[in-house]
Amino acid sequence: MKYLDEYRDERIARALVAELHRRVTRPWVLMEICGGQTHTLMRYGIDELVPRQITLVHGPGCPVCVTPLEIIDKAIRIASKPEVIFVSYGDMLRVPGSESDLFRVKAAGGDVRVVYTPVEALKLARANPQRQVVFFGIGFETTAPANAMAVWQACREGLRNFSMLVSHVLVPPAIRLLLGSPHNRVQGFIAPGHVCTVMGYREYEALAREFHVPFVVGGFEPIDLLEAISMLVAQLEEGRVEVENQYARSVNREGNRPAQAIMQEVFEVCDRKWRGVGLIAQSGLRLRPEFAAYDAEKIFDVAEFSAEEPAECISAQVLQGLKKPVDCPAFGRRCKPESPLGAPMVSSEGACAAYYQYRRVATVS
Amino acid sequence: MSDRPKPEFTCPTPLPSKGTILLGHGSGGKLTADLIREIFLPAFQNPILARLDDQAIMSVDGVRLAFTTDSFVVQPLFFPGGDIGSLAVHGTINDLAMGGAQPLCLSAAFIIEEGLPMETLSQVVNSLHHAAESAGVQVVTGDTKVVEKGSGDGLFINTSGLGVVPEGLCLSADQARPGDGVILSGSIGEHGIAVMAVREGLEFESSVASDSAALHGLVAAMVAATPTGIRCMRDPTRGGVSSALNEIAAQSRVGMLLDEKTILVREEVKGACELLGLDPLYVANEGKLVAIVAPEVIEDVLAAMRSHPLGERADLIGTVTEAHPGVVAMRTLIGTTRIVDMLAGDQLPRIC
Amino acid sequence: MCLAVPGRILTIEETKDSRVGRVQFGGITRPVQLDFVPEARVGDYVVTHVGFAISRVDAEEAERTFRILRGMGLLEGEGPESRGESNEQDRAA
Repeated sequence: MKYLDEYRDERIARALVAELHRRVTRPWVLMEICGGQTHTLMRYGIDELVPRQITLVHGPGCPVCVTPLEIIDKAIRIASKPEVIFVSYGDMLRVPGSESDLFRVKAAGGDVRVVYTPVEALKLARANPQRQVVFFGIGFETTAPANAMAVWQACREGLRNFSMLVSHVLVPPAIRLLLGSPHNRVQGFIAPGHVCTVMGYREYEALAREFHVPFVVGGFEPIDLLEAISMLVAQLEEGRVEVENQYARSVNREGNRPAQAIMQEVFEVCDRKWRGVGLIAQSGLRLRPEFAAYDAEKIFDVAEFSAEEPAECISAQVLQGLKKPVDCPAFGRRCKPESPLGAPMVSSEGACAAYYQYRRVATVS
Repeated sequence: MSDRPKPEFTCPTPLPSKGTILLGHGSGGKLTADLIREIFLPAFQNPILARLDDQAIMSVDGVRLAFTTDSFVVQPLFFPGGDIGSLAVHGTINDLAMGGAQPLCLSAAFIIEEGLPMETLSQVVNSLHHAAESAGVQVVTGDTKVVEKGSGDGLFINTSGLGVVPEGLCLSADQARPGDGVILSGSIGEHGIAVMAVREGLEFESSVASDSAALHGLVAAMVAATPTGIRCMRDPTRGGVSSALNEIAAQSRVGMLLDEKTILVREEVKGACELLGLDPLYVANEGKLVAIVAPEVIEDVLAAMRSHPLGERADLIGTVTEAHPGVVAMRTLIGTTRIVDMLAGDQLPRIC
Repeated sequence: MCLAVPGRILTIEETKDSRVGRVQFGGITRPVQLDFVPEARVGDYVVTHVGFAISRVDAEEAERTFRILRGMGLLEGEGPESRGESNEQDRAA
């Protein structure tokens, strides 16, 4: 496939790795903030290729994994209602709530459906006027315009049986939190290419200036990530602090204006809890009051429902590099990938799950 | 370069299976394996079952009989390249063929939901008959049950099969040895994607048809080429090539190292997998096989397979290793190594 | 996060409040909302996430990495093969 295959080429990867080895003279700690990039790093074993001086730290995971416990619990309550068709992106079905997940709701008779696009949720609402169709609107900035468009379209058509359970999160406030920690170890960031495709990278320029940390907007294929790492290392070695754009075939500085416009029309910025991290100010999106008729939290009266994350989880400290997963008394005992207490164990590439899984592999081999 | 392969990335990690049966228990992955180990094996324990092959092989008056059973619950009932009827025949014949057996006869049991159009049933039955006839096998016994509306999903079929294993041939998943070759009979993922392509919510226009086919002819050609060099075979259905190879690696207590470049994926399957975030190694096949063969017969087996219509694109995709027993690793497109683990449940379309 | 994949626009259909393209990804096609990429034309590649195009691929920028590597003599003058347009069977996932 064009624009994919050529970015998975071994020869080019080797050339970039050789270049990276030439560039690096000192240890550097880099973080990719986006779960999609973590996925590529793991799938292609890129951490084996980079020089030993480079430490790749994985960010808080994906928006699926940081979706707060209480939102999952709300989703489970709504999806359990007989009049509801609960529609979701596939990866949300597995995320554990306090006691259950959406798979179990489906097993117990709930009408839970997986779609590829919110457009399909609208189709379901049109085709089932006697049912309430609720779409689980989660994601980073990349997904927000598509979800916003679905609400906008429903409003325009006057669809009365469509609503959205919204739990969008924004990337820059999370980076700000990490960088603001007195114990921050991360010296350079790979900014998320598809988030920046929508938002541009002005926000990251502000972060770079404020915290004196370089960024490279990176793509998602192995060649993209190797090049982004190489560009970051060049900045660090040369003492530059800039926002550079490796993923220029999709990203420009201003981002996608029509997509930003629909997002702003439908959503407003709000405080948001991140699973395993806690409340981050101004880090989420919710429906604007004008779209309250499409807000599933209001329609199904779950807005006040809250769930506390287990107090013994130290994931906020793990994500900031203050503690290692093995320092946690719950690690491997109360907290395992099958029964996670916090986000870094929910996502298998979260720091805690990675520790847990590497341990398993070490035992097997 | 580290010689320790990287673990498979799954996100998010699922909850454990406690209390109730989930769809994932039927996915052919880890949940299915747990169910077999925790519920079925303890109940039925006997040496034939304990081999955990796709078919039971037993000697009756000097004849080595292969016996298998399989149930089919595919939705939709009709998909590009086949339907539940032809699939039932192919799936059961293939379970026999993976033990080296040539099929003798089949049974077919129909569990029909009240309200199913008669026309639908007769289309499926005709297709089943046609598939059996093409494979040279007769359906010699059967059963019919009708369940109340809402208790079944249109139509389920169970087929059992009986076959004969040629003298001297003994294939089993515990016989892979370091140095053996891992052979795959063709491109992967077509059945899973063909079925997904016609499902609501994931609709895309695609010319990909299911690879559903009976493999006993291909197996006969392979066995003729080397009566003793084949260690074991699996048809990588649910859970895909990954699950089939992981099962063999676990039972033989060996490792495997695959080469991603040699694994054939058609453009249609690739496009769908990229779009939905799926890995073709976990997508179902219904007309492919993986074979573990002794190093000295690899070329002979490949030549025999390539001269058969169902094995034209057969290739060596990896080797069996002494290192990392129980773990299937793969050399990626960019030359690194990662673990190809078994999935816990079904692969889900993902957004991240 | 954010799985987004480039595909080629085969046709575009405009209705009163939406712009939908048939977009080819490898060997399959599916409808993609083009509301956010008003500049995209038939034949362009668009990066698609959950059924919506979020950018038009800049072909010149896409060449840049390979051009730089060639300039440094790291690719011995060759470019990557472009295998994307055919429906031929293709090695490798």
